[in-house]
Amino acid sequence: MGKFSQRNLLGIKNLTRDDIELVFETADNFKAIINRPIKKVPSLRDVTVANIFFENSTRTRISFELAQKRLSADVVNFSASSSSVSKGETLIDTVKNILSMKVDMVVMRHPAPGACIFLSKHINAQIINAGDGTHEHPTQALLDAYSIKEKLGSVKGKKIAIVGDITHSRVALSNIYCLQKLGAEVMVCGPTTLIPKYISSLGVKVEHDLMKALNWCDVANMLRIQLERQDIKYFPSLREYSMLYGLDKQRLKSLNKEIVIMHPGPINRGVEITSDVADSKHSIILDQVENGVATRMAVMYLLASQK
Amino acid sequence: MNAKVILEKKQLEITIDRLCYELIEKHGDFSNTAIIGLQPRGTFLSKRLYTRINEIVNNKNILYGELDIAFYRDDFRRGSEQITPSEMKIDFTVEDKNIVIVDDVLYTGRTIRAALDALTDFGRPAKVELLVLVDRRYSRHLPIQPDYVGISVDTRANDKVKVEWKENTKQDLVHMITDSK
Repeated sequence: MGKFSQRNLLGIKNLTRDDIELVFETADNFKAIINRPIKKVPSLRDVTVANIFFENSTRTRISFELAQKRLSADVVNFSASSSSVSKGETLIDTVKNILSMKVDMVVMRHPAPGACIFLSKHINAQIINAGDGTHEHPTQALLDAYSIKEKLGSVKGKKIAIVGDITHSRVALSNIYCLQKLGAEVMVCGPTTLIPKYISSLGVKVEHDLMKALNWCDVANMLRIQLERQDIKYFPSLREYSMLYGLDKQRLKSLNKEIVIMHPGPINRGVEITSDVADSKHSIILDQVENGVATRMAVMYLLASQK
Repeated sequence: MNAKVILEKKQLEITIDRLCYELIEKHGDFSNTAIIGLQPRGTFLSKRLYTRINEIVNNKNILYGELDIAFYRDDFRRGSEQITPSEMKIDFTVEDKNIVIVDDVLYTGRTIRAALDALTDFGRPAKVELLVLVDRRYSRHLPIQPDYVGISVDTRANDKVKVEWKENTKQDLVHMITDSK
């Protein structure tokens, strides 16, 4: 069996193509397991994982926790709002205190880009990045690419358009790295203000016209406008954004081909995507969620096996 | 390095035939019995047994499955070599069935322990039996013994028993590689 090259999962940037394919192969097995009547294996029964969330999350947190429980790991959950962080404790102190209670693996989400990389230099436990600010969200990219592979047979040679708030999206950056490593072509699409200035240096196409992007792509990944990270106004109104960049049935119908619709959630229905598109047969949004558990099981299994 | 043949092609064929008849003696027409091969190497034997029993008892509906134990091993995170998980193929419930677990070589018994764990995740069988082609005697780490044995051999810890199948390596052969030191 191939070996995972990393001790931590800090971002997709450090992974090799073999790493990503190993995650997919392992996830295939876990997907079969979570569709059985008894959805559990004992692999991680001597591993304790702390889920440390300094930012809100529904999907990612539940998905990680289910993945851990289905691998039989012991789980402790921590969220910043109900903790001593609000009393002034630093990140390293918080995590070191948790680790002194004998925790083997940390899953962390933090609003500061690079928080996981910083932490990995100071602690011994293995770290999985569950989103660090506007930087990376590696498990989301893995599950997105896995879902594309499942739907279309392969990722190589496919054209994927990432539409929306690219500047504030960690999903976009991780997806770009992951899809490119697997041989896909990536385009980002959105208003000029929401696309980072030098993004074409990553080798992605840039488009400001949604219809052109949709006509080009096989898969459209619609991102949410991250209002919580926008300190200034980047566009006049949500209504105008929706008129120019929202995906609705009419736009989808005017294409002379079928495309796959993805969304990392949470959806703002009526803004970046309308309900009839989100719930249509083109959409694989709920498959993404199901695959999230399997890919996270695979990541934790592969990291845990390195001890 | 010394290689010694334990079973050559013809002997292997006779042994498999005998194992089939032993199974039939006990399980009749296999109406409530399932054959489950252990991934990855036990499945060559389990497929042969399944096909042969089919011919003899003429029951096309014998339950057949393949069990992978990668996630049930007791040496995970203990510095052992990582093994590639294989596919689980059990599309029936094992509840109240008689199960025959099939593997090629029985050595420490740890694989079988893991298999018993994995099997209970598919239900509560009425009875579980173990069939192995080669039993390496006196080398168990756990109190596990086979119910059906192709051949028993005495081995030392650094000997290796290799079972080759024509589906896999183009020849049917069981041999033992001994370290001559």
